[in-house]
Amino acid sequence: MTETSDLEQNPILAKIRNWRPAAVAGVDSFRGELTIGVYREHIRPLGEFMKSDSDLAFTYLSDVTGVDRFPIEPRFELNYHLLSLSKRERVRLRVRVSGQDPVIDSVVSVWPTANWHEREIFDLFGVRFDGHPNLKRLFLPEDWEGYPLRKDYPVEGPR
Amino acid sequence: MTTVQTAAGPEQTMVLNMGPQHPSTHGVLRVLLELDGEIIVKADVDIGYLHTGIEKQAEALTYAQTITITDRMDYLAPLSNNLAYCLAVEKLLGIEVPKRAQYIRVLLTELTRIGSHLVWLGTHAIDLGAMSVFLYCFREREELLKIFELVSGQRMMTSYFRIGGLALEPPVGWIDRVQTILRTFPARFDEYEELLTKNRIWLGRTQGVGVLSADDAISLGVSGPSLRGSGVDYDVRKYFPYSSYDEFEFKVPVRKEGDCYARYLCRVAEMRESLKIVRQAVEKIPPEGPIKADAPGIVAPQREKMKTEMEALIYHFKIWTEGFAPPPGEVYQRIESPRGELGCFIASDGSPKPYRMKIRAPSFVNLQALQKMVEGKLVADAIASIGTLDIVLGEIDR
Repeated sequence: MTETSDLEQNPILAKIRNWRPAAVAGVDSFRGELTIGVYREHIRPLGEFMKSDSDLAFTYLSDVTGVDRFPIEPRFELNYHLLSLSKRERVRLRVRVSGQDPVIDSVVSVWPTANWHEREIFDLFGVRFDGHPNLKRLFLPEDWEGYPLRKDYPVEGPR
Repeated sequence: MTTVQTAAGPEQTMVLNMGPQHPSTHGVLRVLLELDGEIIVKADVDIGYLHTGIEKQAEALTYAQTITITDRMDYLAPLSNNLAYCLAVEKLLGIEVPKRAQYIRVLLTELTRIGSHLVWLGTHAIDLGAMSVFLYCFREREELLKIFELVSGQRMMTSYFRIGGLALEPPVGWIDRVQTILRTFPARFDEYEELLTKNRIWLGRTQGVGVLSADDAISLGVSGPSLRGSGVDYDVRKYFPYSSYDEFEFKVPVRKEGDCYARYLCRVAEMRESLKIVRQAVEKIPPEGPIKADAPGIVAPQREKMKTEMEALIYHFKIWTEGFAPPPGEVYQRIESPRGELGCFIASDGSPKPYRMKIRAPSFVNLQALQKMVEGKLVADAIASIGTLDIVLGEIDR
């Protein structure tokens, strides 16, 4: 594990804190991977900043992954895996969304690739994305009830 | 249904349903094509026909058991999936795989890349009418499947990589079989190129078709040959080397045109580069050495030791009953599968089963580009565009 003081020196984190310190909820480094915790309301402007800033240049969104941390609240954890092709840098942004109000801004306007990632999370976790052009289920039939990847949804057997 | 202006006045578009059963969708893919004559006005992609809940299933299996379900996602390159998953768990555990196992992994993964590209080439060609190429590609693929069967016992769903290394010691004489492939394949690739690369019909059906600009490709998250055909040189093996790929010399083919022909050239060149890597791996692999990491409690002890030594017996028992528990934390491991960036995200809560396993499937993301590639173009070109993306529904739907 990296020392906290080393983490604070990290240039990506420093840039973000410089831009908007209120956006950062925390920072962590595990197995050489930097994770920056972000508060939900800042995700879209932060995304725009990280994409357009010439020192960061995180133009490529590899993946958006949802994790259900039930029964811990906020329950849903979203991990945005960003990649800067020009700088060969990678970083993870982590946002937590509560189970009572599982809504977050969509980042499709920043990285169009988020379209299907967000639909998948909506389909399997039930997190809604504000501003998504087509928030419909992706894998399951449109009339399916329930969100299978939630921890309170069984793996098999009758419900 | 929308109204379009035609020479004869306003007309309704026609919705043509392509799939989910269709020989050219390469799996159970459904595309709703809204047509104005032969021009596609709107293309709506409908997936999920092969959704089997693999990620949910992984939460119920131990880390070692999960390897077996990873094979089945990208079923044309099972060893790639095994590799992505094993590397992610090894990163989580913080264990180091012995070099010999790493080189063997590289060799087999590159053979898998060739096998996958052969299927792509054969099916893409047969979609566009070149039927003989399909049979030739599968003739070559048969040799590769025989090698996979030789080392792992399985032609396709190999599950040959384990956490910490390989499942079994490869049998005596396997390198000679790989050498035979190295001797015979280059001429076979020349044969395919002779049939297609300068063929007027092939050029007519692939040049200028399915064009994707570099900016669109990046913003849509496209990766692999589909991205490199549009001029962006992102290859995970070069950008973030894993499993000793930085010790191998190979080029990454990149073209600028962004059409089906460019992607075809990229993939054929990639097959040749993979042979180069295999040739180097054959030189590098030491004839003897460990194939599994030295990590008691994670990697099972050898059977002979288990039968005579007490600690080995206890480790064996604990591994097979409880499983091993990595520390809590999350990792995201990327590899370059034949289709692009294959990512494996694992969240561990300190229990022997993955808390969350997410596979970032390259075909899933690449398929989003289909809309951009076909809207406003002819229906016939939709077939070429689907083929050129090299999608596998198993990993799209999981």
